[in-house]
Amino acid sequence: MKKIPNNKAWFLVLPVFLLVAFSAIVPIMTVVNYSVQDIFDQNTAYFVGAEWYREMLRSPRLLDSLLRQFSYSFSVLLIEIPLGIAVALMMPAKGRMASVSLILVAIPLLIPWNVVGTIWQTFSRADIGLFGWSLNAIGIDYNYASNAGDAWFTVLLMDVWHWTSLIALLCYSGLRAIPEAFYQAARIDRASSWAIFRFIQLPRLKSVLVIGVLLRFMDSFMIYTEPFVLTGGGPGNSTTFLSQALTKMAIGQFDIGPAAAFSLIYYLIVLLVCYLFFTIINLQDKAK
Amino acid sequence: MAEIHLKSLAHSYSKNPNKPADYAIREMDHVWEHGGAYALLGPSGCGKSTLLNIMSGLLSPTNGQVLFDGIEVNNIPPEDRNIAQVFQFPVIYDSMTVFDNLAFPLRNMKTPEVKVQSRVHEIAEALELTALLKKNASNLSADEKQKISMGRGLVRSDVSAILFDEPLTVIDPQLKWKLRRKLKQIHEQFNITMVYVTHDQLEASTFAEKIAVMYGGQIVQFGTPRELFERPNHSFVGYFIGSPGMNLIEVQRSTNGVKFGNTHINLEPEMVDLLAEMPSDNIKVGIRPEFIHVWDGPNTDAFCCDLMHVEDLGTYKILKLKLDGIELKVRIDEDQTIPKNKAYISFPEQWLLVYVDEFLIDASSEQQGIE
Repeated sequence: MKKIPNNKAWFLVLPVFLLVAFSAIVPIMTVVNYSVQDIFDQNTAYFVGAEWYREMLRSPRLLDSLLRQFSYSFSVLLIEIPLGIAVALMMPAKGRMASVSLILVAIPLLIPWNVVGTIWQTFSRADIGLFGWSLNAIGIDYNYASNAGDAWFTVLLMDVWHWTSLIALLCYSGLRAIPEAFYQAARIDRASSWAIFRFIQLPRLKSVLVIGVLLRFMDSFMIYTEPFVLTGGGPGNSTTFLSQALTKMAIGQFDIGPAAAFSLIYYLIVLLVCYLFFTIINLQDKAK
Repeated sequence: MAEIHLKSLAHSYSKNPNKPADYAIREMDHVWEHGGAYALLGPSGCGKSTLLNIMSGLLSPTNGQVLFDGIEVNNIPPEDRNIAQVFQFPVIYDSMTVFDNLAFPLRNMKTPEVKVQSRVHEIAEALELTALLKKNASNLSADEKQKISMGRGLVRSDVSAILFDEPLTVIDPQLKWKLRRKLKQIHEQFNITMVYVTHDQLEASTFAEKIAVMYGGQIVQFGTPRELFERPNHSFVGYFIGSPGMNLIEVQRSTNGVKFGNTHINLEPEMVDLLAEMPSDNIKVGIRPEFIHVWDGPNTDAFCCDLMHVEDLGTYKILKLKLDGIELKVRIDEDQTIPKNKAYISFPEQWLLVYVDEFLIDASSEQQGIE
């Protein structure tokens, strides 16, 4: 059969290309365009080259919130992953209690971010909030509005309350996929419950945990609403994370140029982290 | 060393069993002697795996006792019984190497590392796994994985019985015979009681010295493959063992034998007397397709039947015949002449077995097959 060279099929890609162009390529290029200009108003803009990038990389505002961001994301992962696994291990495997606990665990996931913020904002108030009041009543000086450490702790607690369920549910499904014969064999091999966890359950949770870590990292890295509702990023800048610092700069102060450079740096950091993450996973798989 | 005695054992999965159908295992007594290679054969859902799990302690029986060397172990958990179990799907710890897999039970018992090393190497040698010891266990083939799960049972020097739950299900056909031979070798080498659950009669008869056939939650016959073939104790054994299974014909009593339709079969006088004493009217005669005699032509002793179908299986042929509306299967060798349209057959007396209420009636030894 003679092959007819015909490249018309490429036109079929056109709709997708248009969609992606409007939703991603054009906006990003606009941001790139902003990042190399100093914009005063709609008609006045000067080309400044890489100046904004240089300035942003040296700006304590960006570096501080970046540092804050990483330590926050790592704290979130450090608490939520082990806690989620522990919750999943404690949930009953079958029967009516299994459904009840599934629903209970899933409830926090149904609550929108700003509502979570509002709930904790009220709950933690030192004067009328049950949590804040109780802490003060037992002698712990706690006030998220004035103490940076307390504010930080409250934001972290909020996230743990909101998202540990996700890890727990992922792990629960992973645990249920382990065939009964593995537990039976382990009993016959006289494995301790730690050995069962270490050599049967944990290895088989690996794939769901990879998803869980990635989701939680992404989500906590873009945290915005909760600290915004709680203290508006304060006291001082103690709970101002990257996205909020960026929003303040872009919309609050209309520093479009520096904000564009900032957001592109932010974007590259996220990209880098994802790249590192997948490289590590792939290397591990190859090592097997 | 273990002799496993199941004493008036019964098991039900329902909470309040009151009728026989509630029981997965109906009351039974059985002894697996020390060092034997046994098969537990039966169709799916007959209770084989339940029985196995009761022996290993994963299930605790509703009634009766499990005795290891005369000591009741009902309340002893599987980890404290000296048994190992190999499951249908190979269980391996896939984050570990083959060596660590084999060492796992020993390390759980806090065995000194020197002893672990020597013992694992010894077992790996026997199972031909030495070359794989350093490999990660997750990338092995199914038969290698199954050998590892067997190896984990063998490394423990205190294991005196290994229970196999259809271990060859996921193994490629060409590797099955290899692994089966390995099992036999291991049995001879280690002097361990082995109980092998399967629904494949070929697997059972090549592996085991004695086979227990299970049906409806009971062991209906326990014997050598030859006994099961020549003198099935129960009509189910006749039907289940052999390919094709035994011909079973429902019959009524007649003056000097039994009859169905217009066909009369004469039996020995002792058998006729014995039959007369039996209250039940559920009488069947059974004869193996291999033992039906096919004559070359009409004969005074022979029954004339219609030839329905001939199935050529290479080294032998299966004839499907119709005698008085009853279908019979006859197995003949490839060099025997195939009858045309009509076949003349007879039932040699020593191979014609009589079943009352599904159990074999034995007139020669005056012993009744009914339990």
